[in-house]
Amino acid sequence: MRNGTPPKPVVFRRVNSMVSDKSKLGFYLLLSPLILWLVTLIILPHIGLFAVSMSEKVGVREYETGFGNYAVFFNEPLYWRTFARTAFMSILTTALTLVLGFPIAYYIAKLTRGRTKTTLFLMCLIPFWVSELVRTYGWMILLRETGVLSNFLLYIGAIDSPIEFLYNDAAILVGLVYTSILFMIVPLVTTLDSLDDSLIEAGYDLGGTGTSILREIVIPHAMPGIVSGCIVVFMLSLGNYLTPILLGGKDSLWFTGLIYTQFITRFNWELGSAFGFLLLGLSSAVVFIGLKLSRQSLSNTMGR
Amino acid sequence: MIPTVPQSNALKWSYRAYVTLFFVYLALPLSVVCLLAFNNSVFPSLPWEGFTMAWFFGTEAPFVGVFHERSIIRAIGTSAFVAMWVSALSVAVGTCNAFLFVRHDFRGKGFLYILMLLPLIIPGVILGISILVFASSVANTLEDATGLWFDGLRPGLILVILGQFSFITTFATLVISARLQKFDPSLEEAALNLGASKWGAIRQITLPFLMPAIVGAGVVAVLMSFENFNTTLMLVGSDSPLTIEMFDKLKQGSTPVLNAVSLLLIIVSALLGLMSLMFQKSKE
Repeated sequence: MRNGTPPKPVVFRRVNSMVSDKSKLGFYLLLSPLILWLVTLIILPHIGLFAVSMSEKVGVREYETGFGNYAVFFNEPLYWRTFARTAFMSILTTALTLVLGFPIAYYIAKLTRGRTKTTLFLMCLIPFWVSELVRTYGWMILLRETGVLSNFLLYIGAIDSPIEFLYNDAAILVGLVYTSILFMIVPLVTTLDSLDDSLIEAGYDLGGTGTSILREIVIPHAMPGIVSGCIVVFMLSLGNYLTPILLGGKDSLWFTGLIYTQFITRFNWELGSAFGFLLLGLSSAVVFIGLKLSRQSLSNTMGR
Repeated sequence: MIPTVPQSNALKWSYRAYVTLFFVYLALPLSVVCLLAFNNSVFPSLPWEGFTMAWFFGTEAPFVGVFHERSIIRAIGTSAFVAMWVSALSVAVGTCNAFLFVRHDFRGKGFLYILMLLPLIIPGVILGISILVFASSVANTLEDATGLWFDGLRPGLILVILGQFSFITTFATLVISARLQKFDPSLEEAALNLGASKWGAIRQITLPFLMPAIVGAGVVAVLMSFENFNTTLMLVGSDSPLTIEMFDKLKQGSTPVLNAVSLLLIIVSALLGLMSLMFQKSKE
């Protein structure tokens, strides 16, 4: 510690300053894995991805720098329409999970106590510990032409011939909502738990109705949970690959599917990288706007 | 609507009905997968043809069970290998990060903290392709410069491990930091006063306190690694982990073997999940 400078009020100051030379070394030893991880696996790869997306193939092993790959995206309706469609379906998924999940979260947080609450919460959690592939497989078994639902409807005589419920947008939505609804319910339960019941009682005492209390007390209080839930659900839907491909079939037209095709099937990494960057851009923009609108920081929302 | 404020019965019952319906929706796909693992039919579908365990233990042609299906067993082994490495690496780095962020103040801390959270908001597919592109360009450069081969940087298990590690570390860091924040530093100071070395105090006092979080983070890391699909899909080489193997099989057309694997996965993930919860409970 230098002489003359008053010690700043740092909680762990004393522990650190006792062996200041050693802890300097210790500090760098602790810092190095973090830096190594972030630089080699997050920062450099994304710079590299951007660099590749900016290089156009002009001949065999010849490249030029430019926006050519992005131009391809904007000039080919299939590409940007798929992008817009993915974004739109993800917004729809987010809205649906919010509308469907809110009553459940409210029920768990406010209308149950003790063991029932734990049990219901666990019942929500268990499906999400299971691999997404298994969950999606479950929906395939249920919805396909030879599937359980179709057979059941035949059996009770509601339909005359098997119906294919898979391979349409509704099936994709059902799967996406199923896959991401927990990420809406958990933050909602947490914020609703912290809402004092007496505030709601006071609302009723002052003559509020169910809807006005929901609008003026419950929803404003739950806003942080709503925002972080929406951000996570939107991101997960946008970046999802399994559910749209398996439940939507060949014509699911999901943007991650295009990225996969460019990278693995067509081996056009330049265009694939540009697609990747566009998806990353949209996802980051939504996170950013969501945080700005709700005046929250990333550390509070994601860091729990 | 809270218990102390009376509500009309109709409203109460329709609310309950909705909640019940929701839980049916949650349970339906998984229960169907589990039930049809025992159906004595070559298609994972109704009608019910009778109970069988053949999809687990069967050895004869159409009824080859999980335990005799070599590709599945190999994929489980690959997944376990990947999960072990990912878990060990991410817990080690996560523990260092926790000490760094909780115990040290330095310039750029806030910025590094945000960077550390970023993997949470990068879609898995993008994480996969960015690491793929970067590793390939490093491999190309090195191979051009030295004339040697760098297969470790081509799609394969090493890249799968690195790809999963790149975002699971964030979760490990958050779980372990949360526990470290609750630690009372005077305990460590007492040990130092009693003559322990700095490292000795950390090893004998702080690390045992952190153990539930470290084990919990390790279990969560195994779980996340086992079921990761998006990042793995982009980085996988010739050895497929379980989710990739199942995806390939599913695209070719499914048999109840997949149901049997899924049932095992459901049981194992539920157990691991409950375990991680118990470790988090023992925090308080």
